[in-house]
Amino acid sequence: MQTAVILSDLAALAAAHGGDLLVLALALPALALLPAFALGGRWAGRIALLTLPLGLGVAVAIAAAVQHGGVPIAYHLGGWAPPLGVALRADGLSATLLLTTAVVLCAVGLFARADFKVPAGSRETRSPLVFWTLLLGVWTGLNGVFLGQDLFSLYVALELVSFSAVPLVCLSGRPETLAAALRYLLFALFGAVLFVLAAALFYGTYGTLDIGLLARHLAGADPVPPAVLAAAVLMTLGLLAKTALFPLQVWLPPAHAGAPAAGSAVLSALVVKASFFVILRLWFDCLPAGVTQPAAPVLAGLGVAAILFGGVQALRQVRLKMLVAYSTVAQIGYLFLVFPLALGAAALPAGGAAQAAGALTGGMLQLVSHALAKAAMFMAAGLIAVALGHDRIRELGGSARALPLTVFAFALAGLSLAGLQPSGGYVAKTLLTAAADATGQWWSAFALQVGGVLTGAYLLWVLFNALVGFRAPPTLLKRPRRYQELAVLALALGALVLGLVPASSFELVTVGRGGLVGFP
Amino acid sequence: MSATTIFGVCAAALVGLGLYGLICHRGVLRKIIAFNVMGSGVFLLFGVIARRGGLVVAGAGPTADPVPQAIVITGLVVAFAATVLAVALLLRLAQATGQTTLDTPAPPPAPTGDR
Repeated sequence: MQTAVILSDLAALAAAHGGDLLVLALALPALALLPAFALGGRWAGRIALLTLPLGLGVAVAIAAAVQHGGVPIAYHLGGWAPPLGVALRADGLSATLLLTTAVVLCAVGLFARADFKVPAGSRETRSPLVFWTLLLGVWTGLNGVFLGQDLFSLYVALELVSFSAVPLVCLSGRPETLAAALRYLLFALFGAVLFVLAAALFYGTYGTLDIGLLARHLAGADPVPPAVLAAAVLMTLGLLAKTALFPLQVWLPPAHAGAPAAGSAVLSALVVKASFFVILRLWFDCLPAGVTQPAAPVLAGLGVAAILFGGVQALRQVRLKMLVAYSTVAQIGYLFLVFPLALGAAALPAGGAAQAAGALTGGMLQLVSHALAKAAMFMAAGLIAVALGHDRIRELGGSARALPLTVFAFALAGLSLAGLQPSGGYVAKTLLTAAADATGQWWSAFALQVGGVLTGAYLLWVLFNALVGFRAPPTLLKRPRRYQELAVLALALGALVLGLVPASSFELVTVGRGGLVGFP
Repeated sequence: MSATTIFGVCAAALVGLGLYGLICHRGVLRKIIAFNVMGSGVFLLFGVIARRGGLVVAGAGPTADPVPQAIVITGLVVAFAATVLAVALLLRLAQATGQTTLDTPAPPPAPTGDR
């Protein structure tokens, strides 16, 4: 009882300083990046590891303030309100993603301590310096994407994420990772230039880039000006290239599988979500229902194709990290089912708002549980690859006996991806299926089930090989550190217990949804 | 045909040419240059919008809008950084393998020492 009062007081305190918290969330990783890069050497890692728990604290405070207040927090830079100034804003979606990012990055930072340590006897080596500064760079960019409220800030933040993420792919410097990084960069640039072209069209039509003001202009636009239609298509297409939705996924598997384990975890769990988040913002907060209602099934159709293609490709892979990467291709597909489900539910004559909120919550829960589970899977796969000296699935025999904790964490994360009870993935699929039932979109529910079966199949294939096969445990080249295994296990458990969190906590997701365009 | 229209059509042509090059050329350096052509088209479009004057000041006469110009400056910095990163990666790739295209699908990364 006493703790509940204290917690509520703290949330009220956080709500009173909400705007400052938003600035802190953005400034903390950016300010840590500068000395980490300037001092270099062992300091880069130390500063990053010190910043991570602080950033987690800020993210928790923002989430508490948004949940407690029940309204979004906004901050106008320099006191200038849009359209003159630039706004930062944290609604339920932003708060959820800020928190997820901080949690995943803390686990990744702990995990990476062993891999990116400056070896004794040298003052500075390249890969630790680059890894820790880029980690802070990715974090700054992600927070910028989640808090940005105008299209140009979002563009700059997305570019910061891309420029920090691309070098993570080729940290090892091997030629095939260089090619993967370059391919990734070209796709990201293609997406970025389409995005900024669309921003020009928006600005040319309405003279503002602020999402809230654009939404207000667009709500009254009937018919929608052709320039806006073109901008919506270009911007969505550009963001799809960055999110790697089928058929624009060709860059993802080699890039995500080629990065070091900690880097893969960040790329797969968080970086692809940044551009997805902007699509979510654009479609739910900005574009009018007249545009989004008829176009949403197209996005979901690509999502279904991604689920099937990614699942089948994952089953065909020889190497564990490639399997996990193709699993990401499939899981991205699930996220796009949200659009017709939430928009379709919102248009229902009765009880639509509750169903739409359910669909959106389901989608966000899928995003969060995938972020936790996929980071755990990539880090577990990395530990296995280093311990065995390879990650060929057929030769994993006996690894469950040699690395019980790692394989166990991998399996737990997989259970959440496949949507088994009581995981977050299970609750997400239940909510999405309910919305599919309510709106009569049977094909969405069908895709969810088939995707679950495919996920279960490739997970079983890996576990089967890890559990049986060679009777004698393989000789380990290098035993993983216990804290690395625990970091992986913590993320996997997090994805699993997400389904046990009381449903009222998920109301955080829908804070600030009321009365917005396309989402009544 | 007013100057605004001519420049607008030029911007569209640049974006189209750049898009074609980015997708159809095999050489990565050509792709990077095509990206820059496309970027120039977008910046020119912003220039056209700035010259026409934003709708916020509609009715206030032909005042140039300063916001797109600020955006173009930021956009130039971002595009420059992107180009530098891409060229640096391409140089490393060419040094390591001698290839300057991404034609052959990248083989799955070698497993040894892989994390």
